[in-house]
Amino acid sequence: MNYRAVRAIYLFEMARTWRTVLQSIVSPVVSTSLYFVVFGAAIGSRINQVEGVSYGTFIVPGLIMLSVLTQSIANASFGIYFPKFTGTIYEILSAPISYVEIVLGYVGAAATKSIILGLIILATAGLFVPLHIHHPVWMLTFLVLTAVTFSLFGFVIGIWADGFEKLQMIPMLVVTPLTFLGGSFYSIDMLPPTWRTVALFNPVVYLISGFRWSFYEIADVSVAVSIGMTLAFLVICLAVIWWIFRTGYRLKN
Amino acid sequence: MSSIISVTNLSKTYGSGFKALKNVNLDIRRGEIFALLGPNGAGKTTLISIICGIANPSEGRVLVSGEDIKTSYRKARSLIGLVPQELHTDAFESVWATVSFSRGLFGRPKNPAHIEKVLKDLSLWDKKDNKIITLSGGMKRRVMIAKALSHEPQILFLDEPTAGVDVELRKGMWEVVRTLQQSGVTIILTTHYIEEAEEMADRIGIINKGEIVLVEDKATLMQKLGKKRLKLHLQGTVASLPESLSQYELDVCDGGATLVYDYDTKGDRTGITSLLSDLRNAGIRFNDLDTTQSSLEDIFVDLVRTS
Repeated sequence: MNYRAVRAIYLFEMARTWRTVLQSIVSPVVSTSLYFVVFGAAIGSRINQVEGVSYGTFIVPGLIMLSVLTQSIANASFGIYFPKFTGTIYEILSAPISYVEIVLGYVGAAATKSIILGLIILATAGLFVPLHIHHPVWMLTFLVLTAVTFSLFGFVIGIWADGFEKLQMIPMLVVTPLTFLGGSFYSIDMLPPTWRTVALFNPVVYLISGFRWSFYEIADVSVAVSIGMTLAFLVICLAVIWWIFRTGYRLKN
Repeated sequence: MSSIISVTNLSKTYGSGFKALKNVNLDIRRGEIFALLGPNGAGKTTLISIICGIANPSEGRVLVSGEDIKTSYRKARSLIGLVPQELHTDAFESVWATVSFSRGLFGRPKNPAHIEKVLKDLSLWDKKDNKIITLSGGMKRRVMIAKALSHEPQILFLDEPTAGVDVELRKGMWEVVRTLQQSGVTIILTTHYIEEAEEMADRIGIINKGEIVLVEDKATLMQKLGKKRLKLHLQGTVASLPESLSQYELDVCDGGATLVYDYDTKGDRTGITSLLSDLRNAGIRFNDLDTTQSSLEDIFVDLVRTS
């Protein structure tokens, strides 16, 4: 194992975060605060409670997930796409480093950023609404699992993308809608029965449901199913990455 | 001398069907400077990319210091430093950070003293804290060399190192390359500046249309360069040459209208005086004469045209 290489990539990527701290950390915090103002205060004042918790409190796990999902994908996809775009990928490909180590470096850094971000948003939320986390260990488990899984997914997108448009396409057109429709701002029990069934096909529902359960012990679907779905997606991403490196897809001619 | 790189039956066909390399066999000797010459699109960069792990070969085998680049890629790649043709750099990193990153990537422990030496050797020391985006093209090129040398490789690939670099900087780079060779590093450079190959290389390989058409010691090639050719344009034509001229090994061309004499300018005697006097004695008269010297460029152009 070339630990030094993993460390070099990891620190390089983290350095990029600190360099772009406004974009990486501050802007998601600002937009999350805006969500609180709009959804929590303005709309929340007209909704009393959802399943026993105030609306402002209810949306906290969903908001964290919303940011963690989108930022994991953005960080990881950009992290690997940019060296492809500038050509500096030559150095990674010619280094004595295995595919596992490359993924560990890039995905590890992307996931770390998202987790830090998730925790910052959690702290920010604490300023707006009272929070109580019933299962902190499970909360962290869900946070880490989601960050890692979607960073892997982002890595796949970054390799697949051969232009900035493609890099944005999946996050904008697929992930954001799925997240909004995944119960960030409502319980899927609030939907009409038909839409509730449709919602169950949305993988993000399971992530948010499990994460919300770790906070308030309320869930749309069972926790075991939530974990199962997250792990299944993780395995799919790993399989795709394994295939990418085995074939050299979009990396080696 | 032992081979440090051994390429056997290497072929590369791209997805488009283009055959970039056709059954290439090549041995690079330990400690030499090897210049790979070829026109654009000849396969130089493809060959380097495969050896360095950036492209996958379609067929064939490459050993680097006895290590297979596929099955023993960690050992093979850790011996190699690569300076690609294009200026691929991270714009917003500092020179120091990017060179240190390369060392880590190649699995070497931190060694600020070595990085300092590399940067000083390449006249980059006073720029070490500058962001790469602020550097000139020539400096960026040197940053890439510094990155390639950061992990103390035994083999250095320089793909068109002086393309677009001014004369002074080019000479500076040659100096760096020579110093590296003295420290035991094997250097493979590709270029289409023949002058560069003449100046630098111990051996020269010529590649064209994906095939190696010639590999020779520069000294041997220079001997060919040392040859001059005298052409005598005769007043009439000769059907055959008299016995008295046989020692000159003349070629009769243009249906007997031209005689061609090859001679060595480095020899003590060129034989021209005696040839001319023997010609007069044989009654062969000429209107005009000219001499030409073949250059590496001529040899190169000839080989590339005929291959």
